[in-house]
Amino acid sequence: MEILVCVKRVPDTSENEIELNREGNDIERDDLVYSVNEWDNYAVEEAIQIVDKVGGSVTVVTVGDEEDEEVLRREMAMGANNGLLLADDAFQGSDGRGIATILKAAVEKGNYDLILTGALADGGEAQIGGMLAAMLDVPFASVVNSIAVLDGNKLKVGREIEGGNQEMSEIELPCVLSIQTGINEPRYVGIRGIRKVASVEIPSMGAADLGLDASAVGSAGARVRRMDYFVPEIGDGAEMLEGSTDEIIEKLIEMLKAKGGLK
Amino acid sequence: MAQIFATIVHKAGVPDDSAVELVTAARKIDAGATVTALVFGSGDDLAAACTAVAPAYNEVWKVDGDAFAYPNAEVIRKAMTNLLPSDAIVLVPHDTFGMDLSPGLAIKMDSAFASDVVGIEGLDGGTLNIVRQEFGGAVSTHVQCDISQGAVINVRAGSFAPEETQANGQVVDKSGDVGDLGAARRKFLELVAAEVGDVDITKEEVLVSIGRGIEDEDNIEIAQELAEAMGAVVSCSRPIVDAKWLEKSRQVGTSGQTVKPKVYLACGISGSFQHLGGLKGNPFIVAINKNPKAPIFQVADVGIVADILDFLPDLTEKIQESK
Ligand SMILES: Cc1cc2nc3c(=O)[nH]c(=O)nc-3n(C[C@H](O)[C@H](O)[C@H](O)COP(=O)(O)OP(=O)(O)OC[C@H]3O[C@@H](n4cnc5c(N)ncnc54)[C@H](O)[C@@H]3O)c2cc1C
Repeated sequence: MEILVCVKRVPDTSENEIELNREGNDIERDDLVYSVNEWDNYAVEEAIQIVDKVGGSVTVVTVGDEEDEEVLRREMAMGANNGLLLADDAFQGSDGRGIATILKAAVEKGNYDLILTGALADGGEAQIGGMLAAMLDVPFASVVNSIAVLDGNKLKVGREIEGGNQEMSEIELPCVLSIQTGINEPRYVGIRGIRKVASVEIPSMGAADLGLDASAVGSAGARVRRMDYFVPEIGDGAEMLEGSTDEIIEKLIEMLKAKGGLK
Repeated sequence: MAQIFATIVHKAGVPDDSAVELVTAARKIDAGATVTALVFGSGDDLAAACTAVAPAYNEVWKVDGDAFAYPNAEVIRKAMTNLLPSDAIVLVPHDTFGMDLSPGLAIKMDSAFASDVVGIEGLDGGTLNIVRQEFGGAVSTHVQCDISQGAVINVRAGSFAPEETQANGQVVDKSGDVGDLGAARRKFLELVAAEVGDVDITKEEVLVSIGRGIEDEDNIEIAQELAEAMGAVVSCSRPIVDAKWLEKSRQVGTSGQTVKPKVYLACGISGSFQHLGGLKGNPFIVAINKNPKAPIFQVADVGIVADILDFLPDLTEKIQESK
């Protein structure tokens, strides 16, 4: 099976405090630790496991610039066979539709049976997989937490819905699936693995290579635009307990007693 | 002004809470809007869901068919594309059905897609001003969405309070207007219920809940010892279950359990909306997090900036002493 996995390099929110920059028009990007989007990492692991079972190859693709190449390398160190960078100044400012349009063009240059994305990334839209499927006119399933390859060009997939219940479906290939965390246990990538792929040449394609009209992508084609970043004032927020650890604990124990939190 | 539709999610004849929240969202787009509920399903359950939402909507479009007995987003998307005017503004709850349906619907209708919307600040010509969040709720953003060719808007649960005003709409049967649905390439097979674990966190009054801040499986002991001292039970956020450190039945959130404790200690949990979505009944929330900017502090009653790996054992010790 030929599998394409769409990945994104994102600020690691569990490693960083996300703050506004001084102008308030972006987050403070200096000193941010970046990594591959958590959901995408599960998607790559799943692709590798499928290929281990039924044969084929895994290609990881990202829309970005040179800096984003590092996540392709990381996922190749994990076991993906090929990387593909889609980079062009014309892609700047793309909305979800723009990104999906770029990915669609890349998909059509290949011959993929299965396309995976993460269920969502740092923007939280959860949109690329569903858009890409609709553009390619292939079936789609979101928040997938199990995949089994069936005979006759089909998969049996589980979607993790509300309450942790699982919706089982049969889906025809080719298709697009967006992957939920917990579907597998992504393997550890060591320094050695990264070193092995450090000098592999990763091909890059731009708008012209993909046959894309620059006005369909980037900020020119965007119908959804982020104007700023801000931190809203929500209510009073929490009453912050301050002082020495002993003082804080004393206050907290009193409060817990009053609220029925100690039995 | 284009017509506004709200997609109703319902189960066993009962509409989801989102049904009444979407009307409020629609009126934020256009205070005078005629808002139509779009209800797909089959048989008596569908009829009951339509009756239940009719008071809040100007009109209810009922779409009955065997193909809609289970909400398969692929089939419903096709039906909506056939049924709706191309410049429609379609509101959808941002749940796992909305994630399945909406991005593709926006492409097929050639409409703009705004996802996980938490605020609507009004319409300016063809531009809708909306508010979203990014980075797990750490920051918000103002977003402009060009809705002149129609829009699909996914709305976050709990972001818009239900309105008091009643519209008392009629139920109109649109079952005959869905057109050719073709053959589904994704077929629903069955629902598998979530595993039941050894504890039922939904019945507990005091929960010590841990998140990714616990850092390592071996540290879970720290939380268990605190819970024991407090007479509480340990629950957790999703990454702890993904890592298989605790069983699924202990997960709080939209894809886990909905809990209604009196007291909730959130330890090393950032406060994503999917996590908070499982926390009901207005508990007393204590958040302990080493990041003073963690979003959980916006919803907690009491906040403590600390490393839980140091703080929790100290707290356990003092509680034991105070007994
Ligand atoms: C469809 C869908 C459904 C989902 N359902 C759920 C759900 O049901 N439940 C759920 O929880 N999530 C759910 N999620 C995931 C959710 O989006 C978040 O990823 C998740 O809630 C984050 O968990 P967390 O707060 O533990 O981790 P993080 O967001 O990584 O936060 C960790 C926090 O710990 C703090 N921290 C780190 N180390 C320490 C320390 N030593 N001491 C103190 N603080 C520390 C950090 O500052 C940070 O705030 C769902 C996602 C999707 C897409």
